[in-house]
Amino acid sequence: MSETILIDVQGISRYFGHLCAVDNVSFRVHKGEVVGFLGPNGAGKTTTMNIITGNLAPGAGSIAIAGHDLLDDPKAAKGAIGYLPEQPPLYRELTVNEYLDFCAALNRLPRNQQRSAREAAKEKTGLTNVANRLIGNLSKGYQQRVGIAQAIIHMPPVVILDEPTAGLDPIQIREIRLLIRELGREHSVILSTHILPEVQATCDQVQIINNGKLVLHDSIDGLEHHLQSASLTVAFRNTPDTAILQSIAGIKKVEQQLEGRLRLFYEPNQDPTDEIVNCSAEQQWGLYELRPGRVSLEEIFLHLTTEEAEQESRQEESVT
Amino acid sequence: MIGTIAMRELRSLFLSPLAWIVLAVMNLVFGIVFDIAITAYMEDPLPDGATAAIVPGLYELAMVLLFFIVPLISMRLFSEERRNQSLALLFSAPVSMTEIVLGKFLGMVVYLLIMVVILTLMPLSLLLGTALDMGLLFANLIGLVMILASFTAIGLFMSTLTQLPALAAIMSFGTLFLLWLLKLPAYWFGNNAISYLSIASHYESSLKGVINSADVIYYIVITTLFLAFSVRRLEADRLGG
Repeated sequence: MSETILIDVQGISRYFGHLCAVDNVSFRVHKGEVVGFLGPNGAGKTTTMNIITGNLAPGAGSIAIAGHDLLDDPKAAKGAIGYLPEQPPLYRELTVNEYLDFCAALNRLPRNQQRSAREAAKEKTGLTNVANRLIGNLSKGYQQRVGIAQAIIHMPPVVILDEPTAGLDPIQIREIRLLIRELGREHSVILSTHILPEVQATCDQVQIINNGKLVLHDSIDGLEHHLQSASLTVAFRNTPDTAILQSIAGIKKVEQQLEGRLRLFYEPNQDPTDEIVNCSAEQQWGLYELRPGRVSLEEIFLHLTTEEAEQESRQEESVT
Repeated sequence: MIGTIAMRELRSLFLSPLAWIVLAVMNLVFGIVFDIAITAYMEDPLPDGATAAIVPGLYELAMVLLFFIVPLISMRLFSEERRNQSLALLFSAPVSMTEIVLGKFLGMVVYLLIMVVILTLMPLSLLLGTALDMGLLFANLIGLVMILASFTAIGLFMSTLTQLPALAAIMSFGTLFLLWLLKLPAYWFGNNAISYLSIASHYESSLKGVINSADVIYYIVITTLFLAFSVRRLEADRLGG
């Protein structure tokens, strides 16, 4: 992973009337990273993407794409972006070839490279068979692929995809995920999606946005490592006192769960597994289940996106 | 870049039946009127010559028909793209708003020029049998092209205002008609500043074979103004809430 910063977003905000859609969001994406952009409906994902691609002007803040400021040098910055909006921007009356030729010319590819760029984009997105059909007559999945082909035709350093796998069948989804991974080697990719396993399958970095605020930005590896080692789920036939368990070195907190299971939270780097097994054997607790408590991305997502809403509703209650 | 967008616009236009049918109907109307004018001239030749008897009438008719045709054709320029959400393609491509507007404008003007060229072929066919006053014909042609450009700019601006093509068509028709009606007070109060703003005050000299620089500037100002409005309007779309 190189250190070149391809997307540098600093403190962008955007209001629609009184509604704050994006609130002081900053992040950086390096070359060769695939960033998963998550958030509930209406959290500001699409607005953020529209701002990065120059479809909306930010109320405040700055954006630099591959070193070009989007406001000072929009042409150079936009030339470095390929964008697939939520609704693929297609001309239904054109054939796939005609449309992609237009996109190639629009992105200022030299005339002698346009044909090869078109062929390469069709090859990558599996459109070769439908090259001469009208876009309006293609199925939703194929239209989505044409949208992706349009975004990568000029081989931009930055590819931004808003829900790229919507409306695709499982085989196509797998192909598109592979394509995204492949793109991630040479380009930076930002990918917004509702499908959490997709993020785990394709992304290096995860960003979660909620109510216009960025609530998490971490790498998938860091996230998983952190989560995996933070808790243990255990079950005993003769459950010992909570106090005894808490006295074991490293254990921070004990939580009761269903069917007599206990969830033990511990300090990272102080794995108490051995200690628990030893104690159980010595004191006949009858340990019959012990597994690392993996927290799924879904749980983090729910935790981060609902916590704030709860706090707010509590505040509102206290006001009224 | 402007050429690329114009070509795309022209291609999409000719992929819909509307463009072909409009061309066909216009040619039928022009042909009939041209035929009537020739017959009338042959029965009662005017001293001014064939060109003066036939050409101005034909070009004035063309201008009147443009009132209805331009709003119909220009209505979908931006409104349809906005409805299909395909504007994002142009907005996120490395092209400026001015290039987008000029490209669409040019595509539209080229389409209408095709119509004008076919129209002009009719009087030119008279060259087979008689001499023509080329100066008069040329002045008429220039006048029609200027009018067509300013009508298109107005239609294009109206199309940036709404998602509904029909609404854009009605608004541009209304605007064109109002610009025409500004002439009306002149019948009671004589020529004044308001009647000078009317489109009707500026096409007469070209029908007579005079290219008046004040009229040329009038059309250029109208065209530039509405194209600039369109750019501002689309920029405001990005900026506003």
